[in-house]
Amino acid sequence: MAEREQGGRAAAAQGGAEDLWVKCPGCREIAFRKEVERNLNVCPKCGYHHRLTVEQRLTITIDRGSWRELFEDLAAGDPLEFHDSRPYPQRLEQAQRASGRNDAVVTGVARIEGHPAALAVMDFAFMGGSMGTVVGEKIARLVDHAATQGLAAVVFCASGGARMQEGALSLMQMAKVAGALGRLRDARRPYLAVLCDPTTGGVAASFAMLGDLNLAEPGALIGFAGRRVIEQTTNQVLPEGFQSAEFLLAHGMLDAIVPRAQMRATLGRLLAMLGGARGRRRKPASA
Amino acid sequence: MATSPHTRVRAAKLAAGDRAAGNPAAEAKHAVAPAAISAIERVRLARNPSRPQTLDYVEHLVRDFFEIHGDRRFADDGAIVAGLGYFGRRAVAIVGHQRGRSTQERIRRNFGKSHPEGYRKAARVYDLASRMGLPLITFIDTQGAEPGLGAEERGQAEAIAANLELMMRLETPVIACVIGEGGSGGALALGVANVILMQENACYSVITPEGCAAILWREGGPERVADAAAALKLSAPDLLRLKVADEVVPEPPGGAHLDPPHAARELGRALERQLARLERLSPIRLRRAREKKFAAMGAGFVSSRRVENQRPLG
Repeated sequence: MAEREQGGRAAAAQGGAEDLWVKCPGCREIAFRKEVERNLNVCPKCGYHHRLTVEQRLTITIDRGSWRELFEDLAAGDPLEFHDSRPYPQRLEQAQRASGRNDAVVTGVARIEGHPAALAVMDFAFMGGSMGTVVGEKIARLVDHAATQGLAAVVFCASGGARMQEGALSLMQMAKVAGALGRLRDARRPYLAVLCDPTTGGVAASFAMLGDLNLAEPGALIGFAGRRVIEQTTNQVLPEGFQSAEFLLAHGMLDAIVPRAQMRATLGRLLAMLGGARGRRRKPASA
Repeated sequence: MATSPHTRVRAAKLAAGDRAAGNPAAEAKHAVAPAAISAIERVRLARNPSRPQTLDYVEHLVRDFFEIHGDRRFADDGAIVAGLGYFGRRAVAIVGHQRGRSTQERIRRNFGKSHPEGYRKAARVYDLASRMGLPLITFIDTQGAEPGLGAEERGQAEAIAANLELMMRLETPVIACVIGEGGSGGALALGVANVILMQENACYSVITPEGCAAILWREGGPERVADAAAALKLSAPDLLRLKVADEVVPEPPGGAHLDPPHAARELGRALERQLARLERLSPIRLRRAREKKFAAMGAGFVSSRRVENQRPLG
């Protein structure tokens, strides 16, 4: 609860008087922010799922007091000495100041409805949730932790893709995490991917699509290539709802679309059925 | 081996051109770093339409090639060629992008931009190679995976993701050769290898310079594209420094397109040497070595540091 108040204050400082009200991108109606928040940030009128902060996601997903963060001190360097209008370290520092975290994912262990799990939550507000060396490293380490400790892994994805500012090293993180997931599969522990709005590019084309089960929030944008790129390069007319969670479900890429209000219970059920609750130790599968 | 004599020769020629055009800045720059050819120059060389492609290298380096077609699910994707053959005395499996040469062939091969069925055809061959213990050689030459309606409908992201996990677990030697442009996930789906060879003028990047410029500066003018190419550190020497590439393979003077047999000989020599080394490792060691190699990617640039206003969670 303390986090929620803290988050609220931070938002108030940014938004001023408008903070009392929120316009729904789904139905364009104005709603009282408190009411939307009480409804898990789902529009009470149309069911539109607003994006969540990491704090909000953890609060509504895990058992209170069960969180133990891992690898929180890992921070990125500037391998390319990347400079566009500003140097990359400056952009990074700004995102770090705003979020109070080193990079675009938090990793740790927690319980979900009593079931222990290794959990990662991506932060879209941090440079578009982009995956550079730190995001790749943290998720890979978390998945290896799950494999060696006999835990299930759950990853809430929200990302525009690989982080341009770390170049080919960002690209390689896709393979790094995929390798860790291979070891988790060998350790016979389940991996649940939860695709939130948006999950695209290099994150979609690696761990987001590799779940033993792939779940998504309603209406989430999920895809490999950006809509604009597709339209510009192919001149194709894209259908209504293209790259929505519903579109992916219809094309066989998702197992289920789970409304936010049911996500926690659904994860709990699945972790119970897949044996995530046993927390059985397995032989380490380290390289 | 960051640069070869050929690079230096060409760089000197380019510099001479600049001097002839009365560009004192260029002269000064080349005086300091005679080997430097600009990143965008490399991209142009990598994209040169007469540059040798996968099937050219197969012709020069592989005997008795048998092409494998289709993903057994949907279609045969011409953007990726796959097959079996002999490299020297050993039977090997080959997978590579094929951009195509004539207009007709390019269209048939979708300019080397694969749909999901291409990656799934590759996956069949990866799996076969691993089970039969055949070394796998891949050739990377694509701007990226096809962005399009059909590709998305059939699961482009899933097809690439599945290949990353599968390639990582192969219990056979895997060598990837970047022979042209290595563009993002579409390249990496052929790139999870024990050894990554890059030809001197090949590029490998998370995004095209054009895409990068469009995002960063919201414009795609040639100057911005050149800036983006430089910023992305996509050249072979850069990627050798970043430990993404393991070896830079020299090209004939002026680029691989000017003397394809020469380029193939150089590539063949590097492949032979690396394969001989990898073949000494057991199948499981090959997988573990590959996992370790990718686990180390970029890890040296990650440090342990606490953010000042770190917020407690949970």
